[in-house]
Amino acid sequence: MRKVYKLEDLDCANCAAKMQAAIAKIDGVNEVSVNYMTQKLTLDADDARFEEILKLAQKAMNKVEPDCRIIK
Amino acid sequence: MTRKQKKNLTRLIISGVFMALGWVFGAEKLIGIAAFLAAYLVIGYDVLFSAFRNILRGQVFDEKFLMAIATVGALAIREWPEAAAVMFFFQLGELFESIAVGKSRKSIAALMDIRPDHAVVIRKDENGSETEETVSPEEVEIGEIIIIRPGERIPLDGEIIEGHTAVNTAALTGESLPADKAVGDKVLSGSVNISGLIRIKTESRYEESTVARILELVENSQEKKAKIESFITRFARYYTPVVVISAAVLALIPPLFFGSWMEWLERALVFLVVSCPCALVVSVPLSFFGGIGGASKKGILIKGANYLEMLSRVDTVVFDKTGTLTKGSFAVSHVAGDRDKLLEIAAHAEAYSTHPIAESIRKAYDGEIIREKIGEVQEIAGHGLSAVIDGKLYHVGNAKLMEKVGAAFDMAEESGSIVYVAEEKNCLGYIVIRDEIKEDAANTIKQLASIGIKKTVMLTGDNQKTAEEVAKEVGVDEVMAELLPADKVGKVEELLEKGCVAFVGDGINDAPVLTRADIGIAMGALGSDAAIESADVVLMDDKPANAATAIRIAKKTMRIVRENIVFALAVKAVILILGAMGVANMWIAVFGDVGVLVIAIMNAMRAMFIK
Repeated sequence: MRKVYKLEDLDCANCAAKMQAAIAKIDGVNEVSVNYMTQKLTLDADDARFEEILKLAQKAMNKVEPDCRIIK
Repeated sequence: MTRKQKKNLTRLIISGVFMALGWVFGAEKLIGIAAFLAAYLVIGYDVLFSAFRNILRGQVFDEKFLMAIATVGALAIREWPEAAAVMFFFQLGELFESIAVGKSRKSIAALMDIRPDHAVVIRKDENGSETEETVSPEEVEIGEIIIIRPGERIPLDGEIIEGHTAVNTAALTGESLPADKAVGDKVLSGSVNISGLIRIKTESRYEESTVARILELVENSQEKKAKIESFITRFARYYTPVVVISAAVLALIPPLFFGSWMEWLERALVFLVVSCPCALVVSVPLSFFGGIGGASKKGILIKGANYLEMLSRVDTVVFDKTGTLTKGSFAVSHVAGDRDKLLEIAAHAEAYSTHPIAESIRKAYDGEIIREKIGEVQEIAGHGLSAVIDGKLYHVGNAKLMEKVGAAFDMAEESGSIVYVAEEKNCLGYIVIRDEIKEDAANTIKQLASIGIKKTVMLTGDNQKTAEEVAKEVGVDEVMAELLPADKVGKVEELLEKGCVAFVGDGINDAPVLTRADIGIAMGALGSDAAIESADVVLMDDKPANAATAIRIAKKTMRIVRENIVFALAVKAVILILGAMGVANMWIAVFGDVGVLVIAIMNAMRAMFIK
């Protein structure tokens, strides 16, 4: 399943790159893109565990930038 | 400005006032030091806080963390103004970046603001009478009737069944001239109805409509990153740690031999201030974003930054002939003999024919067709026709017809379709009908040459003679004629071995070639799914000149990207060297960080406005 989410308070381009690298390492993620320009997260992950993976992604993002939120 | 930006601006102003006070009092006096410290804390408390939090989370090479160490270090060696200034300008740069990026994002979003928000559909209510219902475009089925009032955006593709109007397709094609549409004409979703109320019968669901397909394409185009972008991201991962470790080495090792710890610490702090690769990390994607956005404003959809990058490297452009360089429709190009008379006879003889050649003759004839003049018309399949006009017998058709009726004639030497006209057995002359060359075709080839394209090639299934004439008129360097669709792929493959090839086609029958070329450019693709699928660049209207524009935008965008990379790296390298030698101070380092960031962002924003 592939879904696109809007991000709030993604403030730095470098952080976006770090987040993308961190999320890509989560088990079950097929493809991920964190786009600073459009402030969007595109996540392609296992259908069955999607919700769980999304939560882990949020966690990974907050490690880089604590304010950044995935808007569902 | 967002609330966060406003808040940061206020903090910058307050901090600036404190800094000014600091200078008024002087950094030697206690009160001056207090003012600088106040300035520092007002603008830097959140940086210090998140730096501290990041250490706990194990994020060491974070830019905030680096700024925190650099300024705390400056405070430690009693450089109060420097500490405040580094933090001040760091925040100023961040604010500038966030405003600039926000602005570009908004202007590009506005330009792709073609999503229709509602459709007025005519439906029968329970009593069987017709009522207007306003619904979201997704809820309209194929074949329903919708009403579009002047000034409204057309929500779905369809055919006009009532009314006439002018339609503006600028948002789709970049063409600002409105087009007149009447009953029977098709209109595209996303265009704007300007003048009259129309009713259309829908021909697509919203998901398959033109506007939905374009929006999807534009949104996806942001996901594919250019190679150079990935390179910068990788570079940034190494750059910061390397500079920080060098700073540590600089602060610790030389003093062991030369002493003067303070002096070396100051030099190390210069390193920390320029250790952020922000200028690169922001400006490179921003340039691509601007280039792709600016192109879409002109009706050129580039499917991703990687394609833009590839497009900038193209040195050979291959065109399909029919429908790309030529209109794909027939027109009278030349008349041998009495032009007016021949056209008049032919137009009357072919008055009732629906053949494209007949249509082109009628179009070329200036006068009116007077139906009363036309007597008996006899069509001879594969030859032409014989007609009685004003009581005289005329034969209008090809060479075979002339031979058949026994008229003496000179064989025409021109290429194209030849229509001979004979009165009884006396041949009066002939009309040459050819596929029309597009107005901007020759100009396109010239433009391509001027932006550094080494070779232009035309491929066609047409015969050698016609192909060569078109090639000569348009000015392409090379022509390959009499090709089957499969041969075209082979020819492109040969060219691929020698250079970077872009193929421009109309997407009909040439999808395999579009896919095979380094860059496939499909034009006039508004209606064709296959073309949108297989092309890397989609030109919304059918002007070949837009292919040249696309390449020009790509080249300029890449130049901006390279300028920024070279500029940022050069400035940082010079400052690092001067810093290590003790020549560059903190003030220069601040320029190397924030100054470079601001200049690189402004340069990147130019990509949006490439003409």
